[in-house]
Amino acid sequence: MKLLWEMFFTFFKIGLFSIGGGYAIIPMIHEQVVLTYHWLSAQEFTDIITISQMTPGPLAINTSTFVGMRVGGIAGALCATAGCICMGVVISCGLYRMFSRFSGSAYFAEILKGLKASSLGLIASAAVIILCLAFFGGAAASTGSLELRAVLIFLVTLVISRKFKLNPVLLMILAGVLGAVLY
Amino acid sequence: MKSKKDLAWMFCINLFISAFTFGGGYVVIPMIRKYYVEKKRYFDEEELMKIAAIAQSSPGAIAVNMSALSGYRVAGRAGLAVGCVAAVLPPLIILAAVSAVYALIRDNAVVNAVLKGMEAGVAALIVEVIYDMYVMVFREKQWFFSLMAPAVFVLNYVFKINVALLIAGSVFICILKAGLARRKERRTS
Repeated sequence: MKLLWEMFFTFFKIGLFSIGGGYAIIPMIHEQVVLTYHWLSAQEFTDIITISQMTPGPLAINTSTFVGMRVGGIAGALCATAGCICMGVVISCGLYRMFSRFSGSAYFAEILKGLKASSLGLIASAAVIILCLAFFGGAAASTGSLELRAVLIFLVTLVISRKFKLNPVLLMILAGVLGAVLY
Repeated sequence: MKSKKDLAWMFCINLFISAFTFGGGYVVIPMIRKYYVEKKRYFDEEELMKIAAIAQSSPGAIAVNMSALSGYRVAGRAGLAVGCVAAVLPPLIILAAVSAVYALIRDNAVVNAVLKGMEAGVAALIVEVIYDMYVMVFREKQWFFSLMAPAVFVLNYVFKINVALLIAGSVFICILKAGLARRKERRTS
């Protein structure tokens, strides 16, 4: 019981401090899960990041499930995951209600416009990171390391998406099949 | 309040979306757009941007926040719960299964090839959404916000400035901007 509570609380903290999502929280998860509580070894932690890259779902959720399963079985996985998501959902719901209630206020309208613009910038930043990973395989950007196959898949997906408005899930499957064929 | 049928639909669609969010939570935005905005017309593009901005400005996984919020927008608290659970279940199940057979798939060439393909596909989907959203921001013809998006991009990507700091900064600047506008209004009236 104490262990479940500890896991819930640890992932509660991780969830609370992971603004912007993605890979910015890796150091914090590492510190808590590997260094403080010894729930995972350093090697297992590296593995979990690789697993996260090859499975759908947010990194924090994947890590919490993995750690929870290891340490406390299914109950552990549920506690850790619940801890991880609860603050994010509560806060985003609170913010949403606040912005809806005060939609007439000039201040809130301006803040919302600003958040829209800046989140767009942040999404663009994430997109460039993913693009570089896909096009250059994580190596420094240069013409030598450019993966033409990735560029081809990127262009095909983009054109089909814009022209035919195809379902994003189908597009993902298509991109995966193209990858299997080309690589 | 929406019917049970809507809730069941949202549950299934969120399961489906969550099972395909390879490459980070941002893919959820085009997916929510496809199903909630284009197919069901639960809300419009403007609302989608609002939900995306709030999901991103809150702590936690963007994908989960996004499904929870769009569920909330459509069906209140029941929708919130449905969105949450459906977003979390697929990674939970998949990860439990994958961690059992991890050693087998880690070095599998086909799995890796499929993943590489999907990586490029994800990039394409996100680029498309960014383009459409930026067109919407740009159409409002307010240079301040049209410039803000690229500025935040540069600060985050080039100068590696922390996301939380950038969000706090943009809130602060907007409050300042609204305050100045109000002062100006008072002075002229």
